[in-house]
Amino acid sequence: MADTLVNVLWIPAGLSCDGDSVALTSAMQPTIEEIALGALPGLPKVRFHWPLIEYSLGGQEFLQAFFKAERGELDPFVLVIEGSIANESIKKEGYWTGFGNKPGTDQPMTLSEWIDRLAPKAWAVMGVGTCATYGGIHAMAGNPTGAMGLLDYLGWDWKSSAGIPIVCVPGCPIQPDNLSETILYLLWQANGIAPMIPLDEAGRPQWLFSATVHEGCDRAGYYEQGDFAEEYDSPKCLVKLGCWGPVVKCNVPKRGWTGGVGGCPNVGGICIGCTMPGFPDKFMPFMDEPPGAKISSTVSGVYGNVIRAMRNFTIQTVDQEPKWRHKGRELTTGYRPR
Amino acid sequence: MAVKDLPGSTTSTQPSRLVEMSWDPITRIVGSLGIYTKIDFQERKVVECHSTSSIFRGYSIFMKGKDPRDAHFITSRICGICGDNHCCCSVYAQNMAFGVKPPHMGEWIINLGEAAEYMFDHNIFQENLVGVDFCEQMVRETNPSVWEKAKKTEAPNAHIHGYKTIADIMTSLNPFSGDFYRQALQISRYTREMFCLMEGRHVHPSTLYAGGTGTVATVQLFTDYYSRLMRYVEYMKVCVPLHDDLFDFFYQALPGYEHVGERRILLGCWGAFQDPDYCDFTYKNMTNWGRKMFVTPGIVIDGKLHTNDLVQINLGIRILLGHSYYNDWEGEETFMERDPLGNPVDRRHPWNMHTLPTPKKRDFANQYSWVMSPRWFDGKDHLALDTGGGAIARLWSTALSGLVDIGYVKATGNSVIINLPKSVLTGPVTFEWKTPKWSNAIERDRARTYFQAYSAGCALYFLDKAFEELRAGRTRSWEPFTVPKEAFGCGFTEAVRGVLSHHMVIRDGKIANYHPWPPTPWNGNPRDKYGTPGPYEDAVQGTPIFEENGPDNFKGIDIMRAVRSFDPCLPCGVHMYLGDGKTIETVHSPLSPFG
Repeated sequence: MADTLVNVLWIPAGLSCDGDSVALTSAMQPTIEEIALGALPGLPKVRFHWPLIEYSLGGQEFLQAFFKAERGELDPFVLVIEGSIANESIKKEGYWTGFGNKPGTDQPMTLSEWIDRLAPKAWAVMGVGTCATYGGIHAMAGNPTGAMGLLDYLGWDWKSSAGIPIVCVPGCPIQPDNLSETILYLLWQANGIAPMIPLDEAGRPQWLFSATVHEGCDRAGYYEQGDFAEEYDSPKCLVKLGCWGPVVKCNVPKRGWTGGVGGCPNVGGICIGCTMPGFPDKFMPFMDEPPGAKISSTVSGVYGNVIRAMRNFTIQTVDQEPKWRHKGRELTTGYRPR
Repeated sequence: MAVKDLPGSTTSTQPSRLVEMSWDPITRIVGSLGIYTKIDFQERKVVECHSTSSIFRGYSIFMKGKDPRDAHFITSRICGICGDNHCCCSVYAQNMAFGVKPPHMGEWIINLGEAAEYMFDHNIFQENLVGVDFCEQMVRETNPSVWEKAKKTEAPNAHIHGYKTIADIMTSLNPFSGDFYRQALQISRYTREMFCLMEGRHVHPSTLYAGGTGTVATVQLFTDYYSRLMRYVEYMKVCVPLHDDLFDFFYQALPGYEHVGERRILLGCWGAFQDPDYCDFTYKNMTNWGRKMFVTPGIVIDGKLHTNDLVQINLGIRILLGHSYYNDWEGEETFMERDPLGNPVDRRHPWNMHTLPTPKKRDFANQYSWVMSPRWFDGKDHLALDTGGGAIARLWSTALSGLVDIGYVKATGNSVIINLPKSVLTGPVTFEWKTPKWSNAIERDRARTYFQAYSAGCALYFLDKAFEELRAGRTRSWEPFTVPKEAFGCGFTEAVRGVLSHHMVIRDGKIANYHPWPPTPWNGNPRDKYGTPGPYEDAVQGTPIFEENGPDNFKGIDIMRAVRSFDPCLPCGVHMYLGDGKTIETVHSPLSPFG
C-alpha cells in the first residue's frame, strides 16, 4: 500500500487571496514537509502540484500534470480548489479567472473549465477556505462576478468517482492545522488505512466543525456570569460587541491559530462567522450585536433548552448561503454592469 | 522605459533570431501573473515583454453601500500573505474618517504585529520562494559553469554562517532537502506566532479595529513576543552575511549581472509604523506625522529624494486604465474636488475613481490585463514608480530622508544602520545597508534580507515602548468612536512588497467609494495610455540572458529572477516566447499538447 502514489493537484486560481496556500506553510500538526517527504506512518507516496512551493519556474513544465490528470494518467489524484468560482456565463467574452491557457487558443483557461475537466476524474475534490467551499467574501451581495462555492458549482450532492462528497475545509483563511490534518486524513484514506472521511451536511470534517466557537472559547465563563465587554480591549465576553461565537461552527478559540497561539474571541477579536456558508452577508455589519445575542445574554442565568433551541434556529440560518450564489446566465447579486 | 547599453549588444545587420516562450502560471509567487516576452538569442537579451493578470474579484464594487467599520475585515481578504497590511491600512483610513486616535498601546501593538509580518513574509519569500532560483539544483540546471565556480569560491563570511563555499550555501537552499530552506520554514512559523500574539490570526487579523486593537496588553503577551524576537535576532546575524555572500558572488561570477532586472531608479515608499506621539490621523497634520513614521515615506528618482511629504505623495497618485479590461469613468461622479487643505484632487485620483469592469478577450495590441496602471504625477510626467518588492524602496527612502534614529536603527542620509543586541550565541552586531548603484534584481533581493533585520530592530524599540506603557499602567488599546454621516479617509502604509494606500468616501453613513491600491498593481501593470510599460515589463525588457541553455531547453531563469525580485503578489502566470525574425516559433507555448 505504501507504494500508492497520490497526486495532489492544487488550483489556487479561483477568486482567491492564496491565503489558504500560505496558511498550509505554517501548519505544524503535521507540517507540509512531513506530508511531502512521507515522514508520518501510513502515508502513501505523495506528489504535490502546488504553485506556491513548486520547484519548476511555471508554465508548461508545471501545467502538464493537470493535462495528464485529465487524460487519466495520474490516478488517483486529489483536486484542491482555492478561491471562489466566478460565474463565467454571465458575460459576453473574456474571463474572470485564468490558470494557464486553453489548448488550441491564446486565451486563459478559466477555473470553471478546469473543474469541468478534472472533477469527474478526481478521486476526491477538496475545497480549501470559505471562498472555495461556499463562495465567501467574493460572493458578497453586490459582487460583479457571480461568485459561488464548489458546492454551488458541482452540487451539494456531488460525489467523486470514489464516492467521496466534496471535502470542505472552510475558514477565511483556513486554520493551518485544520487543513494539513484533513489532507493527512484523505491520504490515509487513499492508502486504505482510514475509513471514509466523516463529513457533516455542509461537507466539513465532523471532528473539526461540530462544536461552536463559544463552546471552545475561554471567555465563555464571563458569559455565564453575565459579565460582558463594553469595549473592544476588554478581556471579557465579546458577544455584545458583535461576536457571533455562539452560533458559528469552528474550533479556532480552542485550537488557537499558529502553534496554538492566537485565535479570535479568545484573544479579543469578534467572531465574524468566517467558516460559515452564510459568510459574510449574514454576519454584517460585523461590529453590531448579533440579533438574539441580546436575549440570550440577558437570560444567560436561566439557561438550557430554550437557549439551545434559539441558537439552533440561528445556526440553521447562518449555515445556509445567500440565494444569489448559483450557476446560470443570470447575475442576481444586485450588481448592474454599465 | 529605461534604455540600457548591454554588454554584447551590437548593431549587426544580420536578422536576429527572435524567440517566443511562455510560462503560465508562474510558480512560487502569490497569485497569478502573466508575462509574455520575445527573446533575441543572438544578442542574448529580452527584447519585448508584456505583463498580464488573470483574475478579477471586484472589491471596490461590492464594498459600496457597506458599513464603513467593516472595511478592514473585508479588505484584509484582498491578500493571502499580507492581508494584515490591508487590514492595518484600512484601519488607518477609518481612523482618519472617524476622527479617532487610538491609545499609544494600540499603536505599539499594531506596529509589533506589522513588524512580525515583515519578518515572516520577507523570510518565507526570500528563502522558500526566491531562494529556490539560487539553489544548487537550479544553478546546476541553468548555469553549470557558475556551479563549478561556486564550488571553488570560499564564502567570505563562512566564519559567521558556517557554509564553507558559495556552493554550500546554494545546496542549503535546495527545496526541502536544504537545511537553510527547512530552517526558514520553521522561522516563518514562529514569526507568525509573533504576529498572532498581536493581531490574533494570520493572515486576516481578528483583533484590529478602527480605534485600536482588541488585543489585551499583558506582561505575558509582550514576553512571549520578546523571546521569539530574540531568536529571530540571532537568526538575522547569520542570515544577512549569508545573503551578502550569495548575492556578491553573482556579480563576481557573471559580470554584467547587475543588468538583470535593472530599470531606472523610480521608487515609491508610503511609510510604515506610526509614532503615536505624533500621529493623530488627521489629514491636515499628515505631512508632519508622516515624517515621524519609523519607515520614512518618500519618492526616490534617479537615486535622489524627490519628496517625503505624504500629502504631496497622496495628491500625485493617478490611476490610468492603460491596456486593462475596464471602462473609463468620464462622466461618472466626482467625490472630492478638493482635499481638506484646499488642494485640488484630480479626477484620476483614487478618491474619485470608479471601477467599471468589462471582461474582454486577451489581446496584446489592445486590452490584456485585469490590472490598471497606477502612476505618480510629478507635475510633468506620469511616472511608473515601482516598489522593488518593498524592502529596497523602504530602505532607500528612509536612508535618504535621514529622519529615523531610535538606537536599534538609524538613517544616515545615504545608508541605514541596524544595531542588533547580544543574543544567546553572539554579541551585539551592527549592519549597514548602503544605497546601491542599481535598482536591479540582486539589489531588490539583498534589501529584502536587510529589511528583515531592520524590522527586528524596530520591533525591539516598539517592545521597549509597549513595556513603558504597561509599567505605567496605561494598558488601554482601543478608543471608542462614532461613524459620521459624511466623511473621507486615506491610509498609507507599506505592504510587505511595497506601497499600500486605501481611500474611502463615506456618505449617509455608508461606503460610497473605496479604492485600495496595493504594491503589485504598481509593479505588474500593463502599458499605460502613453505607451509607458509597467515596471515588470520595463525591468524584463532589455534583461541580458546568462543562462547557458539554448532555446530548446531554456528555462528563463534570469527573467524569473528579474520578475521574482519584485515579490509578485497578485492573482496573475508568466509567459515567454521564443522565435526568429519574422516567423516567431513558439517553443514553450501553453497551447501545445503536453507529453
